Amino acid sequence: MGDDAVVRAEGLTRRFRVRGRGLARREVVAVDDLTFTIGAGESVGYIGANGAGKSTTIKMLAGILVPTAGTVSTCGLQPVAQRRTLARRLGVVFGQRSQLWWDLPLAESFRVLAAVHGLSAARERERTAELVERMELAEFLASPVRQLSLGQRMRGEVAAALLHSPELLVLDEPTIGLDVVSKQRLREFLLAERAEHGTTLLLTTHDMGDVSRLCERVLLVDRGRLAYDGTLGGLTRTVGLRRVLVVDLATPAPDLRDLPHAEHLTSEAGGLRQRLAFDPGATTAAALLAAVSERAEVRDLSVEEPDVEEVVRQVYVSRGR
Amino acid sequence: MADAVDGASGRRARLVAAARPYRVLVGARVSAQRSYRTSFALDLAGSLLVGLVELAEVWVLYRAGHGIGGLDLAAVLLVFGLADVAFSTADLVAGHVDTLPRYLRAGTLDVFHLRPQPLLAQLVTSDISLRRLTRVAVGVAALVAGFALNDLALTPAHAALVLLALTSGTLTFAATFVAAAGVQFFLVDAAEMTNAVVYGGRYAATQPASVWSRPLVALFGFAVPMAFTAYLPALTLLGVPAPWGLPAEVGWLAPLATAWTWAAALLSWRTGVRHYQGGGG
Repeated sequence: MGDDAVVRAEGLTRRFRVRGRGLARREVVAVDDLTFTIGAGESVGYIGANGAGKSTTIKMLAGILVPTAGTVSTCGLQPVAQRRTLARRLGVVFGQRSQLWWDLPLAESFRVLAAVHGLSAARERERTAELVERMELAEFLASPVRQLSLGQRMRGEVAAALLHSPELLVLDEPTIGLDVVSKQRLREFLLAERAEHGTTLLLTTHDMGDVSRLCERVLLVDRGRLAYDGTLGGLTRTVGLRRVLVVDLATPAPDLRDLPHAEHLTSEAGGLRQRLAFDPGATTAAALLAAVSERAEVRDLSVEEPDVEEVVRQVYVSRGR
Repeated sequence: MADAVDGASGRRARLVAAARPYRVLVGARVSAQRSYRTSFALDLAGSLLVGLVELAEVWVLYRAGHGIGGLDLAAVLLVFGLADVAFSTADLVAGHVDTLPRYLRAGTLDVFHLRPQPLLAQLVTSDISLRRLTRVAVGVAALVAGFALNDLALTPAHAALVLLALTSGTLTFAATFVAAAGVQFFLVDAAEMTNAVVYGGRYAATQPASVWSRPLVALFGFAVPMAFTAYLPALTLLGVPAPWGLPAEVGWLAPLATAWTWAAALLSWRTGVRHYQGGGG
């Protein structure tokens, strides 16, 4: 890696002292000796189960928490010591905390944030117009934030974090609680933003759907430790990040074997419900559904994403081999 | 010569640019509060009532007797007016600062870290309590009454001392809010304790400090120098000798108390933030 590293963590460690009974103190290691580098323009999924240390890492990158040991530099800056300079070059979306003002219209929130980041009037107009159009915010731009749906608010949050055109955008669980359509819309926007401005993306999530659609590289943390660092393709080869198509058929049918790029997993109720695993890199849910429809009448269907806990487990299993 | 002019106007332009985020932030809070007209009007009325009750308390206390601690009703109105204008103004601008645990729970402090302004400046400008305006008005009324009842002429010296006392007093009270916030980083449920100092301090400031017991003199006379916000400046205005062996002109030293309080407040805030970030302290 050259000097274009946007994030460089070396031996990054964070311990917390947790209060136990009475005066007893217990030490918990949230992040344990992480070393990784993220280059400019990369799109990285930072995944792990709840409590794996994802948010703690983000807070250290953003200068909110001081590392217990090790070092981190973000955009070439020391996050805590140079927080105010870093703030102009970094955008963060916390899925659980808002940076909008609940009693102000979204448009007003953008105006205040533009002032906070010292954007010129021309830049503010240009950038706001771009974000409003891309994220389709126009219809609720004048509504107070407290009246927005979760999906609308999340789009507003992402736009707010991008208003000052940061070179690194960190999203902490951005799709948590969103419906399928809102998730898809947000993902498409992030892809477009990255293609247009070369923004580096770092995404923490426990939704493998986010990772497989947005990220080229995956960092997998488990109990604060780095369990995998490599391409998404590599992870897929290691653990097989397959999705599962569940079909309910009109009449019981024999097991749907030998479909292209799919594997029959189970049949229930004498073949009324069947589960088919497929590799999203090789085929799509729609193509598979078409292939199934040629053989049987489909009444209902759902698609299951692999879950992170399962991925972590499989990484360890594959190591053990 | 031209360079010097450019330098000065350049500095001013930079200052205006640096102040803009805060102006816009506070402006947004003001317009948000005014947009809920009924509740804003009720808030104003409620805060007026509280101010009047506190004024009535002073009146009842001093009306009957021949004064307390060497002050009669007229003199104590002066003390009350100075203290209340200063406290209410500080409360209006910075009163929300000592509700820090609310900001911690909502994650607002994390969000402040993502903006290129100092954390404390963002916290102070994150809200403004316009409903306190009516309490400031009660304080102003008491102060004007105090001036009239004591037959004080509005000489330039008196006006300067009043302005100095009000400015220093407001800043001193604001510093106690900031100091309280710093403590609340450590003790999230410490509001009861910090309120004792902040609001107890306000109450102490409206009373003659000459009747305080020794520990109170140590606490609110000097450690948290509430006596300097109103009582001592009022004595200087009235030309009455000050207690504790202080000279009659001691009221002019109010800014010293402000500087001391702010030094303590900033130390408290800084220690609190370092604790929050986990960098020791």
